[in-house]
Amino acid sequence: MRYVIRRVLYAVFVVWAAYTITWLLLFYLPGNSASMIISGAGADVDQTLLASLEARYGLDRPAYEQYFGLLWQTVTGDLGTSITLGVPVAVVVGGALPHTLALGGLALAFSVVLGLGIALLANTARATWLRNILFSLPSVFLSFPVFLTGLILIQVFAFNLHLLPAVGNDGFRALILPALTSGIPASAAIAQVTAKSLYEYTHGPQATFLTARGVGRGRIVYAHGLRNAVIPAATIIGMSVGGILAGAVITETVFSRQGLGRVLQAGVVSQDVPVVQGVVIISALLFALANLAVDLFYPRIDPRIRLGIA
Amino acid sequence: MTLQFEDRAVAEHDEHAETALAEVPGGIAVVGTTPARARPRRSARVVQLTQPSFILSALLVVAVVTAAFLPTLFTSLDPYATDLANKLAAPTWQHPLGTDNLGRDQYARVVYGTGNTLIASLLAVVLGLSVSAVLGILAGYLGGWVDEVVGRFVDIFLAVPGLLVSLMIVTTLGYGTINIAIAVGIGSVAAFTRILRAEVLRVRESDFVTAARLSGLRWWSILPRHVFPHSIGPLIALLALQFGEALLAISALSFLGFGVQPPEPEWGLLVSEGRTYLSSAWWLAILPGIVIVLVVLAANRVSKFIEKVT
Amino acid sequence: MTTPPLLQVADLSVRYSTDGDDVLALDRVSLSLERGERLAVIGESGSGKSTLTHVLLGILSRNAHVTAARGELDGVDLFGGLTETQWTELRRSRVAYIPQDPNIALNPVLQIGRQLDEALRLSPRKVEKLRRRDEAIALLERVGIADAERVYASYPHQVSGGQRQRVLIAIALVGRPRLIVADEPTSGLDVTVQKTVLDALDELVAETGVSLILVTHDLAVARQRTDRVLVLERGRVVESGATAAVTDDPRHAYTRRLLDAVPSLHEGKLAPTPGLSQVDPGHREGGLVAQGLVKTYVTRDPRRGKILTPAVGGVDLAIEPGTTYGLVGESGSGKSTIARIVAGIDRADEGSVHFRGQDVARARGADLRTLRTRIQYVFQNPYTSLNPRFRIFDVVAEPLRGFKVASGAELDRRVRDALDVVGLEPSIATRTPTELSGGQRQRVAIARSIVLRPELIVLDEPVSALDVSVQAQIMQLLIDLQHEFGAAYLFISHDLAVIRELSDRVGVLRRGELLEEGPVGEVFAQPKHEYTRRLIDSIPQFA
Repeated sequence: MRYVIRRVLYAVFVVWAAYTITWLLLFYLPGNSASMIISGAGADVDQTLLASLEARYGLDRPAYEQYFGLLWQTVTGDLGTSITLGVPVAVVVGGALPHTLALGGLALAFSVVLGLGIALLANTARATWLRNILFSLPSVFLSFPVFLTGLILIQVFAFNLHLLPAVGNDGFRALILPALTSGIPASAAIAQVTAKSLYEYTHGPQATFLTARGVGRGRIVYAHGLRNAVIPAATIIGMSVGGILAGAVITETVFSRQGLGRVLQAGVVSQDVPVVQGVVIISALLFALANLAVDLFYPRIDPRIRLGIA
Repeated sequence: MTLQFEDRAVAEHDEHAETALAEVPGGIAVVGTTPARARPRRSARVVQLTQPSFILSALLVVAVVTAAFLPTLFTSLDPYATDLANKLAAPTWQHPLGTDNLGRDQYARVVYGTGNTLIASLLAVVLGLSVSAVLGILAGYLGGWVDEVVGRFVDIFLAVPGLLVSLMIVTTLGYGTINIAIAVGIGSVAAFTRILRAEVLRVRESDFVTAARLSGLRWWSILPRHVFPHSIGPLIALLALQFGEALLAISALSFLGFGVQPPEPEWGLLVSEGRTYLSSAWWLAILPGIVIVLVVLAANRVSKFIEKVT
Repeated sequence: MTTPPLLQVADLSVRYSTDGDDVLALDRVSLSLERGERLAVIGESGSGKSTLTHVLLGILSRNAHVTAARGELDGVDLFGGLTETQWTELRRSRVAYIPQDPNIALNPVLQIGRQLDEALRLSPRKVEKLRRRDEAIALLERVGIADAERVYASYPHQVSGGQRQRVLIAIALVGRPRLIVADEPTSGLDVTVQKTVLDALDELVAETGVSLILVTHDLAVARQRTDRVLVLERGRVVESGATAAVTDDPRHAYTRRLLDAVPSLHEGKLAPTPGLSQVDPGHREGGLVAQGLVKTYVTRDPRRGKILTPAVGGVDLAIEPGTTYGLVGESGSGKSTIARIVAGIDRADEGSVHFRGQDVARARGADLRTLRTRIQYVFQNPYTSLNPRFRIFDVVAEPLRGFKVASGAELDRRVRDALDVVGLEPSIATRTPTELSGGQRQRVAIARSIVLRPELIVLDEPVSALDVSVQAQIMQLLIDLQHEFGAAYLFISHDLAVIRELSDRVGVLRRGELLEEGPVGEVFAQPKHEYTRRLIDSIPQFA
C-alpha cells in the first residue's frame, strides 16, 4: 500500500514538474517574451480578449504570484483561452484528445509487439547473420527521422500497393500507417533493452546452471529469460509513451490527421502560448498516468519490489 | 567476486563473443612474466580501424563536414537556379537526386543545405553538452546538496519529452537556425546531465580515485590526472552519439517549418517541401531523408568505434 | 567381476581459442571415480578446475576444443559426439550440478516451488502432476530445510543464502543422479553456513551412494570431506591419491606450497623473517581510539524510494601503536565501513575517531592533510585500486608528490626503497599495473601505503582477492613490515585464521555491532560470545 501511495504521489509530482517547466519556458524565460506576445499580439485580435488574458496571467504582478495563480487555475481545470481561436484551451485540447489517444494507443500496441518480437527473434534465430541483423535493427530504426518513416510507409502502402489510405482521419484503416510510424521508434527502444537483457540472461551464469540441470534452450529463453527481461522492458514501455506523444506532432503533420500534435504545431506557429501550455500539460498528464500504470503493474512481474522494501 | 578482470577486456571487444573464459590463465597465477595483455589491445584497435563499416562511416562524416564549409567542392550547380522547363525531373547523371518543383537541382540543394543542418546540430550538441557538463560534473563530483538540487532539476525536466521542451522554446524564441539549435540543445540537457553525472560518480567512487584522495591530491589535480584520461573516451563517444540525435531533432523541427525559411535549403525542410510531390516524384522527399539516416548511422558507428578503442 | 568405475576420463585436454590466441585450460587430465566415492579437485584460479566441471556437464563455451582418449560416465561415452538433446537427457538423469553462487543460480522472479516443479516435470522419473508438490517438499526436507512449506512458496530473495544453496542441492537430487559435480558450493556463503551445507552434502552421499566431485580451493574442506584428491596446477594434474595420504605427505612441491600456505588457527601471530633489522619506531604514544561509531548508508531507488541500510551501530575500538587490531566479521557486518571511517574516506554519522588525540572525523584543511600522511589505506581489490594508466613508479610516488614530502632524487630513492621493501624488482617501476599479477599489484598497493612511513595502515581484506599461496606471501610481508617500521595495522578480514596469524587484538563484528574483543589468544581459546564460538567451530580444520 505504501508503494501505491508513493507511486501516485510521484505521478502527481511529474505533472506538477511539467507544469512548472511550461511556466518557466513560456512565461518566465527569457525576457518574458510570452507576456510580450500576449499583451502585444497582432492587431486583429479582439481587445477584450487581450484584456482578459492580461488579467488571467497577471503580468503586472510578481513572478511567484503569477506562478501560483496560474497553478491554481490549472488544477481546477481552467487551462485558459486560446489567443487565436478565442475559445477555451480545454475545449480545443478536449476535441483533439480522442484522435491522439487512438493513435497513441495503437502505436503503443505496435511498439510492444514489434519490440518484443524483434528481441525474441534476435535471441532465438538459428542463422548467425539473421541474429546480427536483428540485433542491429533497433539502432537502424532509431536513425530514421519519424517524418521519413511516415513518408516511406505512405509511398509503399498507399501509393504503390494501394492497401491503405495515405492521409486523413476516417476509420481504423487510416490509423494503421500513422500508428506504425509512431510505433517504430518506440519499438526500437523496447527491442534494444529486451534483446540486451535476454542476451545477457541466456549467456549468464543462471542460464549455464539451467543448462547444467537439463533445461532446454527454448525453456531458458521463454520460461526464464523472458520473465526476467520484461522487468526492464516494462520501464521502457512506460517511458516510450512520452516519445509517442511527442512524435504525434510529426506523425499527425505527415498524415494530415487531427489531434494534439497538430494543435500544438498550430499553437507554436501562431505563438498561441495558452494552447502550447495546455497541450504540454495534457501530454505530461498522459505520460504520468501511463507510467503510474506500469508502476502499479510492476510488482506482479518483479516480486522483489512487492516485498523487498528494506 | 573480484577476479573477473582479465576477461573484461576480451568481453568488451566483442559483445557477441563467448564470455565463459573464466579460467584463462594469465591473471593471478602468472607471477613475474608479462601476460600478453597489451598486445591484443593494440591489435584490436587495428581490427576496429579496418572494419569497412567504420571506414565508410568515417569517410561520410568527413565528406559531410567538408560539404558544410566548402559546398563548391561537391557541386558546381547553383542551388537557387530555377529551370521551370525541367521541373520535377527524375534522377539522372546530371541531377543525381532529380530536380524540384522549380527545376532546382536537388543534389545541389542537399549539399548547400548541409551547412544549415550541421551547424545547428553541432551548436545544439555543444550547448547541451556545456550546460550538462557543468551540472553533471558538479553534481557527481561534489555530491551533497548540489547533487540533490541538480537531481531534482533533471527529474523535473525528464517529465517532459525533449521535443516538447524544444517546441516551447521555439514558441517563445521564434524561428531560425540558431533558435532551433538552442531549443534542441536545452531539450537534451536533462538526459545528458543524467548520463554525465552517473559517469562522474562511477569514476569518483572508483578505488584508484579514492586512493589519490588519500594520497593528498586535491581535486584539481585528481581531475586531470585520474578522472579525465578515463572519461574522455566515453565522453567523445557520447558526443558523437548525441550529434546523431541532435541531427534528428533539428531536421524534425525544420520539417515542421521552424528552422531556416525557404528558399534556403536545409535537409528537414527539403523533405517537407518534397512531401507535396510524393505521389509523382517520391525521390524529392525520400532521398534527402535517406541522407539524414546515413549521416546519423555514420555518427553512431563512429561513436561505437571511439567507445571500443578507448 | 568388479563393477567398472562410474566415471573414467583419460588424457582430457581443453583448449580455448579467442582471436587467434590459444589457451590450454586442461592438459591431459586423467581421473576415475568409483560409485559412492568423493573426489576433491583442488586448485587456484587458472588451474582449470572450473573447466573440468564444465566439461563433465557439457556446458563449455563454444570456443572450447575438447580432446580425450577416453571419457565414460555410467556407460555413456561423453566425448563421442553427444548431441545437445542427449546431453540434456544425461543432465536430467545421471549427472547433477551444484553451482558456486546460490544467489545467482535461482531465477529471482519465480517461486522456489515452481523451479523445483520444473525440474520434477523435466526429469525422466515422470512424477505425476498431483504428486509433484509433495515430492518437492519431501526433497526440501531431505536437504535439511525445516520450514519446507514456506520455502516452497517463497521467492529466492525471501530465504537465506544457506537455504538457497540447499534448494539447489534439492534440485540436483530430483533426477536421482549418479554423480554430483559441486563447483565451490560454499565459497559464496558465510562460514557459519558453509559447515551446515557441507554436512548436508555429506549425508546425501552416505545415504544415497551418489558420487561427488567437490571442486574447492579450501584444503581443509577437502581433507575433512573427501576420499580422494586431485591437485591441478595450470591445467595439469600434479598430484592425486587418497586425501589423507596427500595432505599428510604431499609429494609435489606445489601441493606442499598450498598446504604450507593454509593459515592455521592454532599457531599464534606469525614471526617476522629472521635477520630483519628494526627501524627505531621513535617515541610513539597514543594510538587510535574510536568511540560510538554509527553509520547508515542511504541509497535512492526510483521505484523503492529511499533505502536506509544501517552499517555500523555504535562501535568502540582502540589500536595500540605498533600492533595489529584484527576486525573479523561476515559479509554485511560493517567491517569495511569501519575501515573507511577510520581511514577518513567516509564520515561517521555519530561518534568520534581520535588518532593520537586528534579528531579524524572533524579534521579539516592542514590538520586533515597531516593526519592523512599518518594513516594510510590498502584496498581489497588490487585490480581497481591502481590507476591502470600509471607507471608503477608514479603509483608509489603519488603520496610523496601529493603531500609534497619529497621530490627529485629523494623521491626517487624513497620510491625505490618502498618497492624493494615489498619485494619487487626495481625494473617493475616502469611497468603499468595491467602487466602485473594480482599478488604483484597488492605489493605495489602496499608499497604506496608505506612510502610515507605512516603510523597506522588500514588494510581492508587485502588478501582475500588472492590465491592461497600468494596470500601467505603477502601476510608474511605485512608481518615483516610491521617489525621493521613499527606501524600499527587495522586489519579487516572475514577469515578467522588470517586474523589469528596477523593480529594482537581481535574484534568480532556482527550486523554493525562489536560482540566481543580482546587479545587474540584469549578470544580464540575462550570465546565469550556464542556467535564467536560458532564462527571458530565452523572453520574447516586439519584434524
